Amino acid sequence: MLRVLLIGFLSLGIVGTAYWGYREHQEKNAILVHAENNYQRAFHDLTYKIDLLHDQIGTTLAMNSKVSLSPALTEVWRIASEAHSDVGQLPLSLLPFNKTQQFLSQIGAFSYRTAVRDLEKEPLTKEEYKTLQTLYQKSADIQNELRNVQHLVLKNNLRWMDVELALATNNRPSDNTIIDGFKAVENNVESFSETTDFAPTFTSITNREKGFIRAQGKRITKEEAKAIATSFLGLKGTEKITVVRSGKGADDRFYSLTIYDPKTRTETYMDITEKGGYPIWVIDNRPIKKQAISLHEASIKGMDFLKKHRFTNVELYDSTQYDNIAVLTFVINERGVRIYPEAIKMKVALDDGTVVGFSARDYLSSPVVHHFPKPAISLAQAKAKLNPNVKVMEERQAVITNNLNQEVLCYEFLGTLGDDTYQIFINAQNGIEEKVDKLQNAERTYD
Amino acid sequence: MRWRMIVCLVIFLWTYEWSTKEVHAFSSQVIQRGAVGDDVIELQARLQYIGFYNGKIDGVFGWGTYWAVRNFQYKFGLPVDGLVGESTKAKLVKVSKYYESFVKEQIRNGNSFTHYGGKPLSEQVKREGNRNQKAASSGRATATNIPKGFSQNDIQLMANAVYGEARGEPYIGQVAVAAVILNRLEHPSFPDSIAGVIFQPGAFTAVADGQIWLTPNETAKKAVLDAINGWDPSGGAIYYFNPNTATNGWIWSRPQIKRIGKHIFSK
Repeated sequence: MLRVLLIGFLSLGIVGTAYWGYREHQEKNAILVHAENNYQRAFHDLTYKIDLLHDQIGTTLAMNSKVSLSPALTEVWRIASEAHSDVGQLPLSLLPFNKTQQFLSQIGAFSYRTAVRDLEKEPLTKEEYKTLQTLYQKSADIQNELRNVQHLVLKNNLRWMDVELALATNNRPSDNTIIDGFKAVENNVESFSETTDFAPTFTSITNREKGFIRAQGKRITKEEAKAIATSFLGLKGTEKITVVRSGKGADDRFYSLTIYDPKTRTETYMDITEKGGYPIWVIDNRPIKKQAISLHEASIKGMDFLKKHRFTNVELYDSTQYDNIAVLTFVINERGVRIYPEAIKMKVALDDGTVVGFSARDYLSSPVVHHFPKPAISLAQAKAKLNPNVKVMEERQAVITNNLNQEVLCYEFLGTLGDDTYQIFINAQNGIEEKVDKLQNAERTYD
Repeated sequence: MRWRMIVCLVIFLWTYEWSTKEVHAFSSQVIQRGAVGDDVIELQARLQYIGFYNGKIDGVFGWGTYWAVRNFQYKFGLPVDGLVGESTKAKLVKVSKYYESFVKEQIRNGNSFTHYGGKPLSEQVKREGNRNQKAASSGRATATNIPKGFSQNDIQLMANAVYGEARGEPYIGQVAVAAVILNRLEHPSFPDSIAGVIFQPGAFTAVADGQIWLTPNETAKKAVLDAINGWDPSGGAIYYFNPNTATNGWIWSRPQIKRIGKHIFSK
């Protein structure tokens, strides 16, 4: 009797476990299918967008009327941007697929810039037309490769989940059809990026970081770097400093210093350029106590620090208080002209007013002040270009980097429209509205 | 003896009265744009009382407050610099009133309210329920400074990623991871939104294994804020990896910039 009961009990247990296991398996499969479908959608969407892109570029080539060219180029820009976003959803970040992404970005930037230009006044140049033709060819190649992959995926029921697994485990991914296909696309684009240059108006967005142009001079040694840190941070000499030289991937070599103060048991970090020994940034991560000084006092302390280290003509541009830290932005003011690209950031602790952060990255990577020609239009003429609804509150001259990556002399206006404040830059040579920024308002807390 | 007591009493009363009066006036700091705190609340309330400031009284000295201060200074013949120093404060206290307990109570209760003069205060409150109560009951302002182009939620999402990826790393290692996310945002080879970069399949292990949903600590948030504010300890890196656990061979081929803690940062 007992045996029968026991057997019944156990078999019930087995059946129960089997059912539970089956359910788990089902659920897992459902989730896998769901994830797989997301990948499939992104992939098929991508191939579709590339088809569209190719056709659309082709259409623009045949167009002659400027009226229809602008909208067509805008369409190219939109499709390229959507394709770019599709790529971002595929599990390719472990696969070198940079060049294709970059290619899509470049098409986008190129078509955008040509589309927003007044093509009546400034029609497509010969080079730009040639660029369009090459883009047309290249997109055809990509389209072909992708269609091939798509065909194989559909024919063999290939799964993206397998790609992800293969990539993650490094399990001979070279056997994978999808990976092979994408590698072919990548190689194709790579040859293009290397051989073809975009038209001269297109200063490459890929080379945004220009390196530390300003950091010139003789190469310093590790010991010299220590000495620079000591004088820059006003160290007492009892700190333990370790110096590491950057790897060869850095555009400009630099030293990274870790400064340990045994007294306070805090660490300060600092990078110094090898050439000339310029401090790039400093972070002091000490805990900061209750606020004792005001943001205003902190700004004065920050300014004093810069003056002490021979940054001349600096002016406070922005100050913001985050709890008990002041974050300050200084810009260079050259004879009444603000040079916005040459910005220096600082953090000042509001408990005792010491500097806890410094960053001259923008300052060091912007070209040394260039002499701009005198403005061709007057302040009043520039003001007339503004939206009449904007109430101007402040005005001055300033240099900014526009969206073609050129430094231009502008008239800067700060004005209000409704409850918002805007910063508007009018080119001082030709009166073009280079940039309009809505300045940040405080955000309410949601807690 | 009696005479001396009277003197003492007079002095006591005088200092007593002086101190209660001062409780409701500004502290001695010069207030400038970007500041937060009680002085800013008082400044906004007083400017609103005399009709110079129409925005929200939220304790953050933003652009709206700045223009209000400048208009006030202009109207009252003070030097127009947008800095609230001694003379501006004195003038402001003279021409306006500040009902501190009213203002603080509304902030505490998360009500939307105004503080105009010449109108009963009770008519200037709109109850909004308890939505904002938690933040406000700690006595803090109802708004906060945020770097341009980002929201508090963006920062939170990045802090999640940084905490999941690099919580055991030194502080600059965490700032560097946040900086990599931002560098990718700018880079043509990567998606161009914070969520796009973070959730790109396979991009971050913390996303893949769910560690991104751990609750980040203050350090991670601070690191994100530093990175957004312009500090980049990674030296412009767009990749990083842990050499002990990296399974992907390709990552080694990227030009390496530097090592921070366990991570190697590369281009």
